[in-house]
Amino acid sequence: MSDTDSFAQILRRGLWHENPGLVQLLGLCPLLAVSNTLVNGLGLGLATILVICATNVLVSACRRWLHDDFRLPVFVLIIATFVTSVELLCRAFWFDLHLALGIFLPLIVTNCVILGRAEAFASRQRVSAALADGLAHGLGFAAVLIALGGLRELVGQGSLLAGAELLFGPVGRGWSLELVPQSGGLLLAALPPGAFIGLAVLIAARNALTRRRANAGRVTAAAADS
Amino acid sequence: MPLTTGSAPFWRTPDTVPVIMRHVLYALVPAIIASVWFFGIGIVYNLIVAVVTALVTEAIALRLRGRPAGPGLADYSAIVTAVLLAMCLPPLTAWWVTATGACFAVAVAKHLYGGLGFNLFNPAMAGYVAVLVSFPDALSGWPAPNIGDLDAPIPGSGATLWFTLTGQLPGDLSLDAITRATPLDTVKTELGMMRTMDEIGTNPLFGDFGGRGWEWIANFVALGGGWLLIRRIIRWQTPVAMLVTLAGMAAVGYLFDPARLPGPGFHLFSSGTMLCAFFIATDPVTGAATNRGKLIVGAAIGALTYVIRTWGSYADGIAFAVLLVNMAVPLIDRYTRPRVYGRPPRSQQ
Repeated sequence: MSDTDSFAQILRRGLWHENPGLVQLLGLCPLLAVSNTLVNGLGLGLATILVICATNVLVSACRRWLHDDFRLPVFVLIIATFVTSVELLCRAFWFDLHLALGIFLPLIVTNCVILGRAEAFASRQRVSAALADGLAHGLGFAAVLIALGGLRELVGQGSLLAGAELLFGPVGRGWSLELVPQSGGLLLAALPPGAFIGLAVLIAARNALTRRRANAGRVTAAAADS
Repeated sequence: MPLTTGSAPFWRTPDTVPVIMRHVLYALVPAIIASVWFFGIGIVYNLIVAVVTALVTEAIALRLRGRPAGPGLADYSAIVTAVLLAMCLPPLTAWWVTATGACFAVAVAKHLYGGLGFNLFNPAMAGYVAVLVSFPDALSGWPAPNIGDLDAPIPGSGATLWFTLTGQLPGDLSLDAITRATPLDTVKTELGMMRTMDEIGTNPLFGDFGGRGWEWIANFVALGGGWLLIRRIIRWQTPVAMLVTLAGMAAVGYLFDPARLPGPGFHLFSSGTMLCAFFIATDPVTGAATNRGKLIVGAAIGALTYVIRTWGSYADGIAFAVLLVNMAVPLIDRYTRPRVYGRPPRSQQ
């Protein structure tokens, strides 16, 4: 990780090559627990993006004064500050979503993606790069949350975007799609085992895609050699 | 002149996978006939749906994995999984419920783990649990047993077929009129209503030990299991350990509190205890490989079954107990490995 990493490279790493949810497998507890509907996943994803960007910026800005011996407690303090702010914001403006997310909103403080980025990237990089990195990893994590939430909601309840009014206000009430009306759905997908199976399916799909791309690359290279 | 020597094994038993699986199927025939006698033709429809789904899923999974489909389909393992699953499901089950279970069992529990021989969890039980968790309402279609003095009519083969295909009964038949709670469900709900076991036992659904009809099916399952024991397809350790542990715990509980805890006879002859002891816990892949391990696995399944039945929220805990113990089997096998001949015991190494 050099200083010359372009923003595009940082973005691509966070979203795909080092995706926290699918490759690093960090922050699995909130990822598995809250992804039972698309809206819940989106809500927690947005909160995580906010916290990870703010933390990365502040850690990067203070990196000169953060001595190695006490850097971790300071990281945790910074993260806890932002998580508390986000939680209070959420309680003030999206109270129903706050109820739906429950304990997992304050638990963002233990999300190791955030501590991991602060330690591995933000504490050694410029502020702008740290912001880009936070955005990339936050978006990557949120994308997995949304994909898994959508998948589980679709299979488990046969709907999409149910409860959108929690996040978007009364406008969102009409957004929820009943794709398979009146079906109970495969309840297993909405329950905890469904989270593990669903995440495994997403990881397998990503691996398959990566491998196919690598094979295609190898074929092209071999063709170019011959 | 080159003298070639093949590598071991030099002496093979005739018991290949298809042979063993076929014997398991033969051993289940008496129990299936008894089920049809007591609960109607529904189980046959379940069997057909489950077997067809399992075979189709097996073929697709093998194809996706780039394996030849022929040997995989011909080894009967998918059929055994499907049959065991179908025997756990109530006779009145809509086809999509059965098909979901069979598909989950073969695709997720078996092939995602690497296929026959690599699956950590018993496929039939994993499929059953997937259905139990996904469709909690769909698994109550047990007709009243065909005993004679119970007023509920057993649905005919046409009505059952209609239910299997559509999930609804034809005409004016209502599900409530022909189905009855299983003995385990009855005990669970009535104990919840502060009735004592003596009062519950006067319910016409109960026979000498377990539910009427159920206890006879259990006998025929045990008959098939005994034949497997004689043929040495399964070993005695797992079933005996499971039944003894379950009966022992039930006996202790019964002595302490006969009003609230059913006795050993009820636990052994209700629901799928016998099926689990002889056909599910003894699965050569997901059960223990060592003899001491088989004893531990059987005892653990028996104990967990009693605990879940008595204090859990589900009426029957066999499937959960089997899956929980399946997870521990690799560890159990590791610690019960027999001493290698000619070497000192592991404690002295």
